[in-house]
Amino acid sequence: MTATPLLVGRDLHRTFGATPALAGASIAVRPAEIVAVMGPSGSGKSTLLHCLAGILRPDAGQVRYGEVDLSAAADATRSALRRTEFGFVFQFGQLVPELTCVENVALPLRLAGTRRRPAERTAREWLERLEAAEVAGKRPGEVSGGQGQRVAVARALVTEPRVVFADEPTGALDSYHGEQVMRLLTEAARRTGASVVLVTHEPRVAAYADREVIVRDGRTRDVELVG
Amino acid sequence: MRRWIRDLALGTRLVVGGGPTAWLRLAMTAVGVGLGVALLLLATAAPTILSGHRARSDARDFAYTDGPASAHTVLIRQTPGSYRHHPVHGVLVQPEGADPSVPPGLSRLPGPGEMVASPALRRLLAGPDGAELRSRYPARVVGTIGDAGLAGPREYAFYLGSDRLTGRGQRIARFGTEQPRQPLDPVLLLLTVVGITVLLVPVAVFVATAVRFGSAARDRQQAALRLVGADRAMTRRIAAAEALLGALGGLVVGAVLFLAGRQLVELVEFDGISVFGSDLHPQPVLAALVAVALPAAAVAITVVALRRVVAEPLGVVRQGVGRRRRLWWRLAVTGLGLAGLVLAGLGRDGGGGVSLPAVAAGVLLLLAGAAVLLPWLVEFAVRRLPGGGVPGQLAVRRLQLDGGTAARAVTGITVAVAGAIALQTLLAGVSHGYVHQTGQDASQRQVLIEDTVPMTAGQRARFAARLRHTDGVRRVEAYGSDTVAATDDPELFWSVMVADCATLRTFAALGDCADGDAFGVDGTDARAPRPGEAVRTTDSPHGARLRLPAGLRSVPARPDPTGMTHAGLLLTPAAADRLPVLGGRLSTSGFVGTDPAEPDAYDHVVTTTVRVDPTASVFSLQGTQVDARFGTVRRGLLLGAIAVLLVIGASLLTTVLEQLRARRGPLAVLSAFGARRSTLTVSVLWQTAIPMFLGLLLAVATGLVLGAALLHLSHATIWFDAAGILGMTGAAAAVVALVTLLSTPVLWRMMRPEAMRTE
Amino acid sequence: MCIVTVMSIGLTLLGLLEPGPRHGYDLKRAYDEHFGQDHPLHYGQVYATLSRLLKNGLVELEAVEPGAGPDRKRYAITDAGVTDLDGWLGRPEQPEPYLSSTLYTKVVLALLSGRPAAEILDTQRTAHLALMRTLTRRKAAGDLADQLVCDHALFHLEADLRWLELTTARLDALAQEVVR
Ligand SMILES: Nc1ncnc2c1ncn2[C@@H]1O[C@H](COP(=O)(O)OP(=O)(O)O)[C@@H](O)[C@H]1O
Ligand SMILES: [Mg+2]
Repeated sequence: MTATPLLVGRDLHRTFGATPALAGASIAVRPAEIVAVMGPSGSGKSTLLHCLAGILRPDAGQVRYGEVDLSAAADATRSALRRTEFGFVFQFGQLVPELTCVENVALPLRLAGTRRRPAERTAREWLERLEAAEVAGKRPGEVSGGQGQRVAVARALVTEPRVVFADEPTGALDSYHGEQVMRLLTEAARRTGASVVLVTHEPRVAAYADREVIVRDGRTRDVELVG
Repeated sequence: MRRWIRDLALGTRLVVGGGPTAWLRLAMTAVGVGLGVALLLLATAAPTILSGHRARSDARDFAYTDGPASAHTVLIRQTPGSYRHHPVHGVLVQPEGADPSVPPGLSRLPGPGEMVASPALRRLLAGPDGAELRSRYPARVVGTIGDAGLAGPREYAFYLGSDRLTGRGQRIARFGTEQPRQPLDPVLLLLTVVGITVLLVPVAVFVATAVRFGSAARDRQQAALRLVGADRAMTRRIAAAEALLGALGGLVVGAVLFLAGRQLVELVEFDGISVFGSDLHPQPVLAALVAVALPAAAVAITVVALRRVVAEPLGVVRQGVGRRRRLWWRLAVTGLGLAGLVLAGLGRDGGGGVSLPAVAAGVLLLLAGAAVLLPWLVEFAVRRLPGGGVPGQLAVRRLQLDGGTAARAVTGITVAVAGAIALQTLLAGVSHGYVHQTGQDASQRQVLIEDTVPMTAGQRARFAARLRHTDGVRRVEAYGSDTVAATDDPELFWSVMVADCATLRTFAALGDCADGDAFGVDGTDARAPRPGEAVRTTDSPHGARLRLPAGLRSVPARPDPTGMTHAGLLLTPAAADRLPVLGGRLSTSGFVGTDPAEPDAYDHVVTTTVRVDPTASVFSLQGTQVDARFGTVRRGLLLGAIAVLLVIGASLLTTVLEQLRARRGPLAVLSAFGARRSTLTVSVLWQTAIPMFLGLLLAVATGLVLGAALLHLSHATIWFDAAGILGMTGAAAAVVALVTLLSTPVLWRMMRPEAMRTE
Repeated sequence: MCIVTVMSIGLTLLGLLEPGPRHGYDLKRAYDEHFGQDHPLHYGQVYATLSRLLKNGLVELEAVEPGAGPDRKRYAITDAGVTDLDGWLGRPEQPEPYLSSTLYTKVVLALLSGRPAAEILDTQRTAHLALMRTLTRRKAAGDLADQLVCDHALFHLEADLRWLELTTARLDALAQEVVR
């Protein structure tokens, strides 16, 4: 618990129109650490995750990833980081419906410039690791929720990112499949040494993390900010 | 029936109470259908536009008379017919009696030095662009020509009172002619029928797309209805209610657009022709047909379209995904179309003329064939397409998954372009019958001046000098011209041209020539004048007798820039001086060579000439001349094709936007994964460009087949106008590019992370 | 079943005394109102507990009105009592099934005494989650039987946590009701 944090968000603020979504949230994620972000819905969890991932720019506060100030970086820089260093799993609609599962998994590699064949070979390996090899050639519309979510996890991990951002990854699944996805996600993350920012409001899902950060009304509580 | 009414009512309530999205959907449908309705109404009004225009020009037209002067007769003289390439109907008038005929739109004839002008011309004269025209006629504008006296609201027309027309003007008994109605000739009729059909098919396709706007939202609504217990037939009827409402709204929008268009049409001008809004009357029967058939068609389209869509309580399943499209019946439609055209031709060979209904049906079916072939073609072509990079892969996979939607989006453009190419081909093929080679050679001399008041040799020289100093004029050949009659043959008249040797060489190969020489032109239809022969002048019924010089040399004729040869006498000034009459005042004619880089040179020549003699005639020489009616038909059709392409571009845009909106989630996620904007933009471009390319391919093929068939029907040799076809195809491709361009801001907005919020 | 287990009645009474001294009769009424539901506290229990607290120096007697019976005595909390109460309220309960009764008591007392009730819930949440993490890790390492046992515990803990969550969300409403 003493390693320097990899990703730090400090006193983040963000409003949408008149709605304050973040009003002073702070978080630090160390290398290879799994942090659960918990809180009631509408408390600003997703917004926090988007800010940390450089998808959204906070109105105030700072996000540092290693040496990079994400809150000040240009869109191109942030996009490049997302392609190479980050991976994402979302609750719904995250697989591109017209691509087959293996193509979906290969997509981040291809966006980062890998050629099609090697990208799909790696994608297949990841599908196997996530116990989803049987759906490789199917379209997302033809697979079950649990399978789809495992494909999504494979896609998040295929570039071996330093940080995986997961926003309610089990939100649409029953307990059994939710647990399965979480087990596979955390096992894979620990194996590759990736940090995980896991947004969830389910305690059983949060229990897969090393620790939790609670967001309420856009503020984090009990933060032990390091560094 | 009762159930229908009940479910339609329920559907209506759902739309009306359905919140902003339902209203938006309804508005989109209404606008789409409305555009179609407006175009249809315009098409049904086409005959009244033509006849209105013709009636107006007839009413102010005139026929010359040989009769004696009376209290009603008027002497007139038409002025040069264009100003800055814009037609001008300008007439000099001089009453011969106390109660002269007055043209429509005027309360009295203008007196000498007074001008009555059309509103558009008055505006022109008042502005800087009219300065040159003002300088031609130093007249006081005393009135405005009323609408009754104008062919169109933006026409340039004027009547200028004169007192110099005695002996120079033509006599008319009254204003207004009743020209016998010439029936359109069969080829023009064929063109018109094909043209209207070809323009209406894309409109129909457009209306069909319009009633399906927002189908994704409607699908969700249907699923929700099924969940609360509606059966399939009910959901279909409820959806029909929405389409019906949209179509009814579309009728209102269309009527409003049409009425607004009637007001606005007076503001536009096309090819020098403008139309009075009051001349736009939709034909009542056809308009009523539109009002009934359109809502009915909307309901029918919806019900048919929904047959392949099964709304289940938990969502909507599109049947046929995975099932291959069949080719045979699609080809059969095309085949039937061709058969129709062949049948149409059979009647002609039997002597009964081309059967126009059969032609229309054939054209309709061929175009419909293209429309139904396209989804099959897209599916077929895309099945094995590899799709190279990420954008290509995304686009190809999308097309593989749902090629039908993509094909539907470009169906309108495909049939529009196919029809336009067919028309273009037909036009190009038959146009040799309508474009006259005038025989004029406009390469060296571009303007011809004729028939001025008589002037002395000195005056003529000064006139020529003024012309030479006019802007844009390079060279001038002026000559005195007169006519003499043979004494032995009452039918034989000779032109007399008096000028220096250089100018005379325009009319004949003179050989040696010096001042004092005289020549008789040989080698024309008429006999050449003989040396020493007696002739008579033509300035009065019993003109003076003259004896031609004994030294008259016979020289071979040569066509002048108008392409004609003149039988007659060529006199050098000294030779003319030796003859009475011909040595005196003569009317001046001349050829003027202008600078091609000076577009208004013709106008400057006219100005110089009119200031010397307002009654002179000035023509511009042209190598070819398009039959006036044919030109109008061609331009009208092109204009229609452009209007249709634009309307269809608008519908394509809405379709593309709707598809983008439906893909909001995946797009946002792709951008979360760091996809570049360019990657997705290119993917969207591919996604439109691939079906578009296939559509245009099909359009060119269909258009060429159709065009060839039509040419065959009109007995013309089959010949394809490559430039025209490329132009049409290019215009369509430009529309697609424009649509993609317009949709990128929306795409980029969707890539913003805010779009990622799901439910 | 009584909401408050016997061993925490003393602490509960301390909590009720914290806002201000009360008569024993008052205490019983306040207790019954907030926690008694269908099992009100016996007088005997009240006085027995109070005397234990007196003996331990956690409460003291205020000036007794002359000529008053036993129920005319006014009890006040001592500093030691406040310290004890603080310690109890701030300490998470051992996560276990049917914990909510104690937690509920703690929350109500915190509200009554003007302490930050949300912190109590958060502290509890942290403790629960720590245990859940341990169980989850054990589950990952263990065999199927272990997994099932752990899952059982996990689901119960989760139920508690949900209750914590809900209570946190309703804290304002609860405060109004309690303090009224
Ligand atoms: N793009 C957006 N536009 C408007 N409001 C938003 C947007 N994103 C989030 N919000 C608002 O910000 C608050 C926090 O949202 P969010 O971060 O999604 O919460 P959580 O993920 O914890 O449920 C909510 O009130 C939500 O309505
Ligand atoms: Mg969220």
